[in-house]
Amino acid sequence: MAEALEELHAETATERLQAGLWRQNPILVQALGMCPTLAVSNTAANALTMGLATAAVLLGSALVISTLRETIPRQVRLASFVLVIATFVTITDMLIEAIAIEMHRALGAFLPLIVANCLILGRIEALASRRSPRLAAMDALGMGAGFICCLLALGAVRELLGQGTLFGIMLLPERFEPWVVMLLPGGGFFALAALVLAFRWVQGHADVVERAR
Amino acid sequence: MTGRAPIDIHPAPHVHGGDSVPRIMLHVVIALLPVCAFAIYLFGLAALATLTVATIACLLTERVFARDEHSTLGDGSALVTGLIYGLTLPPALPLWMVALGGVVGIGIGKVLFGGLGGNAFNPALVGRVFLQAAFPAAMTGYWLAPLGSDRFVSLPGTTTALPLLAPEGAAVDALTSATPLGDWKFAGAETPLLDLAFGMTAGSTGETSALLLMLGGLYMVAMRVADWRIPAALLGSVALASAALHGLDPERHPDVMFALCSGGLMLGAWFMATDPVASPLTPAGAWLYGLCIGLLVVLIRAFSGQPEGVMYAILLGNAIAPHIDRWLQPTPYGAGSGQS
Repeated sequence: MAEALEELHAETATERLQAGLWRQNPILVQALGMCPTLAVSNTAANALTMGLATAAVLLGSALVISTLRETIPRQVRLASFVLVIATFVTITDMLIEAIAIEMHRALGAFLPLIVANCLILGRIEALASRRSPRLAAMDALGMGAGFICCLLALGAVRELLGQGTLFGIMLLPERFEPWVVMLLPGGGFFALAALVLAFRWVQGHADVVERAR
Repeated sequence: MTGRAPIDIHPAPHVHGGDSVPRIMLHVVIALLPVCAFAIYLFGLAALATLTVATIACLLTERVFARDEHSTLGDGSALVTGLIYGLTLPPALPLWMVALGGVVGIGIGKVLFGGLGGNAFNPALVGRVFLQAAFPAAMTGYWLAPLGSDRFVSLPGTTTALPLLAPEGAAVDALTSATPLGDWKFAGAETPLLDLAFGMTAGSTGETSALLLMLGGLYMVAMRVADWRIPAALLGSVALASAALHGLDPERHPDVMFALCSGGLMLGAWFMATDPVASPLTPAGAWLYGLCIGLLVVLIRAFSGQPEGVMYAILLGNAIAPHIDRWLQPTPYGAGSGQS
């Protein structure tokens, strides 16, 4: 049964890697993990840290769960997944606290909350728990990279418009009038909507070109 | 529209009533003209520049988004949005902010919702609320004193700030006068009622003259392009709620006439809450909608950190308008009688 499924969705590792970056991008297409996306993308540094932490947790849990996929009983799989994810979240949380305490304070409750990020549980339930560790790892890398890219883009736009800086460095003229709204949650929605709009626009053009062939 | 007695619906053929979007918009523009003229008299070139840039920004955005056969530029709705939007802004606001808010108002508030008829919120207020959130200091501080001596000679330094840049500190310091509502809330000072009624006060470009706004509103009601129930319910509930609060604590809460004539209440009640797209369809719905907005206005003015709340109240009213329509759906003739 499991092999039949594998057969049915025969996908190469490269395809899995690409899917997360564009066609099945976790933020732009699947709209997963919206809570941290909107909450901590107010500066580029926050967004990058959050993206890296989530991607690291995703990669670690995907590898472990994919390795143990034959051992985990079906009935208790969700509880087992969450246990593994929580382990990696705790490790990541402590690592960030040890390396960058200021960043740890800035991200606050959103680091422990990675455990509830539906992107991670979603990828594990949909893919990692059914495929080989190699495919699972490539999928996690692709999804993680897609997540990081989008978060970073949001963080950069919001920080630039909201403060005139990028990673804390003043880029715009001294007298730049900051758009306060971009630092507030509302600005997150604006930036995300603009990003999705741009993505759909590019994708729409690409589809037209493809159909014309 | 909703201003008429219950209509008997007959089978075709029908006679066209002559109502059209351009006709409605023309009447709104006529109603707005005295208000615009007074704003220019009161604040001079700054008001003229604000209104011009606001209108051009709205028209251009409409033009860019809705082109060719889909063009809705000719129906005048973007012109009305631009004028009303300009009237709600502080007169000394930098012109680049005026333009930005116009693009947001039409672009995000109207076109992305599907254009005229599809917008859930009043586009002029969407533009204004974006500016309020983005540039709170400018939106609550760039007021001009009425009848400034050089108002027809030069523009305020803040108006001409370069795009995306803050104005010079000296230009901001040169601005004066808090609005009557700000004076009341933060300094406990009351503005004379005659100044409020005739509009000889600081405030948003077109919100100051309560009498001219009421005149324009009554004209729209007479021409049946605005539903009289909405301003009636809105102003009535503000009057009642203000009277109750003033009775309880005259030190903290202003009297009824002050509440009615100050801030953006008249502009909002007559010209924005009555937006036929974003307000309820049934007469009962119009009453309820006006009542909700009026109570929200008093609530925000009296108990929030902000002196004025008409903009938020109307946007919240827009948000509940579809629900009001659903709750108060009229029963078709003969339906429901067999159920009891």
